[in-house]
Order: sequence, then C-alpha cells, then structure tokens
Amino acid sequence: MQAFIALSRRPGGTFAMLAVTLLCLVAIAAPLIAPYAPNAIAPANRLMEPSWQHLLGTDHLGRDILSRLIYGARVALGISLSVIAISLSTGVALGIAAALSPRAIDLAVVGVFDIVTSFPSIILALALVAVFGPGLGNVVLLVSIVFIPHFGRVARAQTIAIRNSPFIEAEKVLGAETWRVVLHHVTPNIIGPIFVLACMDIPVVITIEAGLSFLGLGVRPPLASWGNLLNDGYTYLDQSVWLATFSGLALVLATLGFALLGEALRDTLDPKLRKAL
Amino acid sequence: MTQALLAIEDLHVSYRGHDSTAHILDGVDITIGRGQSVGLVGESGSGKSTVAFALLGLLGDNAEVSTRRAAFDGRETSLGMDEATALRGTDIAMIFQDPMTALNPMFTIGTQLVDIQRRRFPRQSRRSLWARAETMLADVGVPDVAARMHRYPHEFSGGMRQRVVIAMALLVEPKLLIADEPTTALDATIEAQVVEVLDRLRQRTSASMLVVSHSMGLIAELCDSVIVMYAGTVVEHGPVHVVFSRPRHPYTRALLACEIDPYAAFDLSQDLATIPGTVPDPAFRPQGCIFASRCPARHDRCSERPPRRQTGEGRTYSCWQEAA
Amino acid sequence: MAHPVLTLDNAVVRYDRLTAVDNISLELRRGETLGLIGESGCGKSSIARAIVGLQPLAEGTLAVEGETLKDASRQRRLILQRRIQLLFQDPVASLSPRLTVRALLSEPLKIRNAFTAENWGRIVALAESIGLGEQLLSRYPHQLSGGQARRVALIRVLAAEPSIIVADEPTAGLDISVQGDLLNLLRALKDHLGLSYLLISHNLNVIGRVADRVAVMYLGRIVESGPTAALFRGPAHPYTQALLSANLTLDPSRRHERIVLSGELPSPAHPPAGCRFHSRCPLVQPKCATEAPALRTDEDGRAVACHFPLAARPAVIPQAIAG
Repeated sequence: MQAFIALSRRPGGTFAMLAVTLLCLVAIAAPLIAPYAPNAIAPANRLMEPSWQHLLGTDHLGRDILSRLIYGARVALGISLSVIAISLSTGVALGIAAALSPRAIDLAVVGVFDIVTSFPSIILALALVAVFGPGLGNVVLLVSIVFIPHFGRVARAQTIAIRNSPFIEAEKVLGAETWRVVLHHVTPNIIGPIFVLACMDIPVVITIEAGLSFLGLGVRPPLASWGNLLNDGYTYLDQSVWLATFSGLALVLATLGFALLGEALRDTLDPKLRKAL
Repeated sequence: MTQALLAIEDLHVSYRGHDSTAHILDGVDITIGRGQSVGLVGESGSGKSTVAFALLGLLGDNAEVSTRRAAFDGRETSLGMDEATALRGTDIAMIFQDPMTALNPMFTIGTQLVDIQRRRFPRQSRRSLWARAETMLADVGVPDVAARMHRYPHEFSGGMRQRVVIAMALLVEPKLLIADEPTTALDATIEAQVVEVLDRLRQRTSASMLVVSHSMGLIAELCDSVIVMYAGTVVEHGPVHVVFSRPRHPYTRALLACEIDPYAAFDLSQDLATIPGTVPDPAFRPQGCIFASRCPARHDRCSERPPRRQTGEGRTYSCWQEAA
Repeated sequence: MAHPVLTLDNAVVRYDRLTAVDNISLELRRGETLGLIGESGCGKSSIARAIVGLQPLAEGTLAVEGETLKDASRQRRLILQRRIQLLFQDPVASLSPRLTVRALLSEPLKIRNAFTAENWGRIVALAESIGLGEQLLSRYPHQLSGGQARRVALIRVLAAEPSIIVADEPTAGLDISVQGDLLNLLRALKDHLGLSYLLISHNLNVIGRVADRVAVMYLGRIVESGPTAALFRGPAHPYTQALLSANLTLDPSRRHERIVLSGELPSPAHPPAGCRFHSRCPLVQPKCATEAPALRTDEDGRAVACHFPLAARPAVIPQAIAG
C-alpha cells in the first residue's frame, strides 16, 4: 500500500497506474465488455463513422473497431508479458551465472550479449522473423531473444556488485551450496532494478510487435493485434481516419503508461531518490 | 593569566524534527588558553564532533546554535555561519580523520599546499609560497620533499597523507588547530609517528590545539587538559593528569575502568568492565543528571540537575556526589 | 596428546602475483584463544579468509581436529570446513538485507538440513539468553541496533555448531563501554560451548587481555609468537617491541619507552629481501639484509624469527635440535 502511495506522488505516477490498470482490466475482461465479436464481418457496415451503434466506428470489413481494440489489448499484453517473462528469467539466469563463473565463461556470455545488443532491437527482430517466419509463437520467441541481453547485463552487473559482500561470504562460510546463495541471497537483492527495467521494456515490446504486425511479419490477421489494426487503418486511410487514429491512440496510451510506471518505480525503489520525497 | 584564545559558554545545538527536537549539545562550556592543548573525549553520541563542527561553522543549515557568550581571540562572535567561515582556514584549521577526504585527488600536493596559503598571504609570490610549503612538509617529517611536492594524494601512504594534511593546516598559521580523530585511520606504528609529529608541534608552535578523540590514550599523550563529554554535556573538565589519575565524575570513572591495561595483573576468567545501559535519546533527554540512568552511585537527588563542583586542582565536574 | 583443534601448516595465500601469506604455520588448541596481531597488509585477514575457506591455500595444509581437509572426501570436507566459522567485522553487512531475523537465524539450520522444531527452539532459546527477544524475529537487519545485529550474527555462527570461531576485528568501531560486553559474551560462550577462538585485531589492549597466546605478523610472516603475558612483558623481536611500545597508554611512566619506527610499511607485493623487517629495524645488522631468519621455538612455547633477538629473554633453542 505504501508503495502505491509513494508511486502516486511521482510525476505521472497516478496516470501511469490508471493507464496500466485500465489496460489490464480491459485485456482480462475482453469477452465481457466488447460489444461485438472481434472478427464478426458485416460488409454492409464497412468503414462507418463513430455512432451509438459502433462507438469507434467500423473497419473495411465492417468489424467493430472498439471490440477489436479491446481484444488487441489482450494480444499486446499477452505478447509483451510473455516476452518479458521469457527474456527476464533467461537473462537473469545467464547474468548471474556469468558473474559467478570463471572469467572465460563470463567473457563468452558478455560477448554474446554485446553482439545481440549491437543491432537495433527492431531491426534484429525483423531479421529474425524474416528468417524464421511470422506467427504468434515465433514473434514471442524471437523478440525474447532480442531482450535477453537487457536483463542479462543488469543482472550480471548487480551480481558482481554484491558477490563479494560480507553477507554473501557469510552464507558461504555457513556452508551454503551455490544454488541456495543464488536463490535466497543474490536474486532478492538484485531483482528490484530488473523489475523496473521490465516495466520500461514492456512498451518497447508492444511497439515492436505492432511494428512487425504492421509490416505483415507479426501476428497474422485476422487476429486483432494493434499493429494489424494500424496496418488496416493505414491501407484505408484515404477513406476513413478512425481506425488508424484509435489504434494509434491505444498504442500511445499503453506505451506511455508502462514507461511512466517504470520511471516512477525506479524513483521509488532508489533509496537515494526516495529520501527526497 | 592572559585572556583565553577561545571561550564559549553554554553552547546549545539542536535539530528540529517532525514531532520532537533533538538536543545534541546541551550547555557545553569550552575554554582554550593560548598555546594550550585541550582534549575532547567521549563515546559515540557524546557530541564531541558536533562541538568541533560548530566551531568551524560546518553544521548543517537545519542546526539551531545558541550560546550565552562566545569569544575567539578577544572578539565576540556568534558562531553563526558567516563568522565561522571567515575564521575557517585562517584563524582556525582542521585536521580530519580521513586525510583522503581533505585532499583533492585531481591536484598535486604542491599545488594544494600553495593554494591553501593564498587567502592568508594574498600578496606573496607562488615561488615563496612553494618554498614555505616545502619547508613545512619537511618539518612534519615527509622525506624527499622536492620530489613529493609534484605527486598526487593517491601516491602517498596513509601516514604520509596525514602529515600532508597537518602541514596544510599549519601553513595558514592558525591560532587554533582542531584535530578530529587524527590517528584513528592509521596503523599503530604509523600512529606513533604522527603522534610524535603532533607532540613536537605542540611544543614548538604557539597555536592552541583541540584534539577530538574517543581514545583517552591519545588525549593523555597530546593534551594539557581534557573535557569529558557524555550525551551532549560536559561531565568533567580539568588537567589531564588530574582527571585521568583521579576521576571524580562517575562516568569518567566508569569509562576509565573500561580501558584495558594488558600489563596489569588480571584473571582471564574475570569479566571486563562495561557501562550497562545506553546513551539517552537526544530527543528525550531526562530532566536531571544525564548519566543517572546508568550511574552506579545514583540516588534520589539525581532527578535534579547536578551542581558544578570544583576541586582544588583546576578541575570541575557535574555531580551531586561530594568530592571525597 | 590430543590433536590441536586447528592446524595450519606452511600455508601460502596468493592473490595474482601478491603473496599475502608466506609460509605460515599455526596451531589452535582446544578451548584456547589465539590472538593474531599486526598492521594492515601483514596478511592477518588473508589467514582468516583461508582458514574459513573463502580463499584457497596456494600451498600448505589445513587440518581440523587432526583431519587434513585436502585428504578428506568432498562430503567430509564440507563438514570439517563448517566447524570453522567466521565472525565478520561489520555485523550488519554480514546479514542479508532482504531477510528477516527469523529467516537469517533459520538459514544455518536449513543449510545443514537440521531445521527441526527442536533445533529451532534451541536457537530461539540461545538468542533469548543473550538478550534477543522473540519480538525481534520479524525485523530486518537495518531495523536492528548495532548490538542486536552483532548478536544475530553471533547466533547464526553458533547455529552452524562450530568448534572454531575466527573473529576478524570483532571490537573495531565499538565504544569502549560496550567492547567489554562483547568480549565477556564471547568468553562465556567459549566456556559454555567448548569453542576455540582465533582472534584477529589491531587492538593490542584487547588481545593482551583476552588471548592465551599471541602471534605477531609482519608482511605475510609470523615474526614472533608465545604466551600472551610473557610476550607482552618481554618481546623478543624488535618489531614486536616497537609495536607494543606504539600502543597509546594512559600511564605516563611508560611513555618514555616508545620506539618510533622510521619509514613506511613496505608493500607486501615487494617485500624486502632477507629479514622483511630489516628496512625499518632499529637494531639492523648486515646479515639481516641478506639472510631471512627462521622461526625458532623454545621449550616455553615462545618462537621468534630474528637473527639477534632481544636479550630480555632466555636463549632460543633451534627447533631442529629440539624436534
């Protein structure tokens, strides 16, 4: 509870929490609140303007834009959370292992991290998807690879910072096996900054997914992903601006929400900044 | 006797908090005669460092400082920020516990030793200031001075660094030299060297010295008189040999009893002396004697503020107990 | 005769090219407190780290109750190593900041797979007996006072059921009025639980008062060792003499005897040839610069590594002949 209060005091903190909460609720409750089925085609109603019947209008196949956006939130959150979960756990495991391993192994892991991060993330994701093919599963896996070094590097640096601290050495002297030291003493002490990083990476993943889908390399239509919606909106932009506008807005809202939450979280978790409150 | 160099009566320092005020110093009197060396001894929470910081005007903005009277070198001062800043670096110089924090890692020792003199001797040429610095460094026992002047602080060992800091303090020809735990960070044999340097200075210069330390051995070594502090008050004050050999205040006695003498006859199975209890919270100071809650000789009157008593030997102490 | 509880034989500890501990042998007898004194860089902390297993021995052997660790099976080695516990200098830093006192105290039992209601009850009772009430169990390390953190760290060490405790500067930074508390507690625990201590400190007063025997180190070697009282009253090595004389004292009558050593401590990376102390020794002779003196033990249990030991003590008998 205190954490929430502290968060809400940060600039943008309240907005961030509201935006993220809204997004999560919408994604979870999609079937309950969406007025129409997301893929219900009604050619007679194509490209309608917002009205009481279709709050945000319809697309070129007469599908309800609001419903598709609501289901799109599911896709966006689902993909970004799975990507973060995979890359965070793999990255943290690799980072800690590298920090605690002999120098040669450490250098090898860091080298791989460096190679992966030397490409801009969207370009790398694009290249990987181009090679392995589009589709939901592939997108999740391949984008995860792009993000592993993010978490790996931070985990490694944090582990190096504490690996020789007295409380870690005290456990070793007590006879604790390495797995126990890593699980009970290293991880809890390095995970804070990594969660902040995760929060800040979620919007990046959402935009990468949207970008890939927009280019036709991501989630395959007719699945309602925000990138697909944006693509459709772009195609019919000369006939109707609503689809492009609303899907763009959804993307901006989600991105901003998570980014601000990450920043607020970072400020709250950093004891040096916390004192200034 | 001529007028004292520094005379402060009834020094109070407090910090206002959210719902209480912490009284760090509560009515401290300090007098330092010209050329005299005074020791300020006490444990953590005694406020001894606060006294030194107050003299230098280094307390934070949120500190509330008041005195009944404060005079330095014949002039009344308020210990306010501006006045103290004016004294710092010319009339009062400080030797810190950690010499590394007192030296700028980016400049050579020579440059720093010259710059420190600029405010004091604005008209002198760099060359003559450099020469002065060299002489002073040699004086405090730094070998191979000419070459060392061009070195950076990290190229010096701990003991040499502390000598540089001492030289730095002396170059401004201060009237008062404050040494805050000057040897705590040093190894024993190096400490002995620095003590020797300080002791030689004390004989030779006319500067007065205030040595702030938890080590009674160091004070006994370097000082003429000693002020024993406990929880922001002075409990006993007098010549070093009088106070340390015949302590009157129960706290001084207890503290001296805790000093270990490995050469005395003892039984290994015997417990070491301690002072049970803890220092009172500065935000909730008791009404009467500040030491009463831990005092082995407390009685009913101790709930009132104890009187200040004098013994013939130039010693004062604050206790209800009569001098025996 | 029973085995010494701990034997360190010709130990060498290296960090890259720096030899921090150079061929040191130590013996800790059951129920004994052995004091280790010396200045920074003399290698006393490296010995502590090597003994508790945080730093491997480059050469030499470590034996616990006569069993050499090197020769033991992996399982046995873990058990033997666990009998030696380390009391850290900074108790707060030695406690995991994100764990409660309860978790911290149960950890040593879980590590040994000995977390039973009975053992836990014993730990809680032990904690209670040294003034750690149950209400502290839910606190985090930063919510403890220095004294409480010190006691938590001590209980953790005891929960490993050690026979040897290495204490690295246990009284550093303590006020003199509470220093006695800790030393009294350590002695009571020693008598009660049959422990032996290796006490490392730069505080000569503390060592002089609580240690049964003392070893003096200089630049990675032991220069002198012996029963505390005899060594303090009649040091045989000029370094011991200077070190003891540097100890500040309240007694003005002893102050004139101070021997102020000239020069700095040489870097342990480049120790002087011959006797390592010769560059600062007030009694240096030509031989000292070329030939390193061996540590010789006499029948009183005193040992000194000096070509010209101080005359205040009886002649030394070379170990080779005695053995």
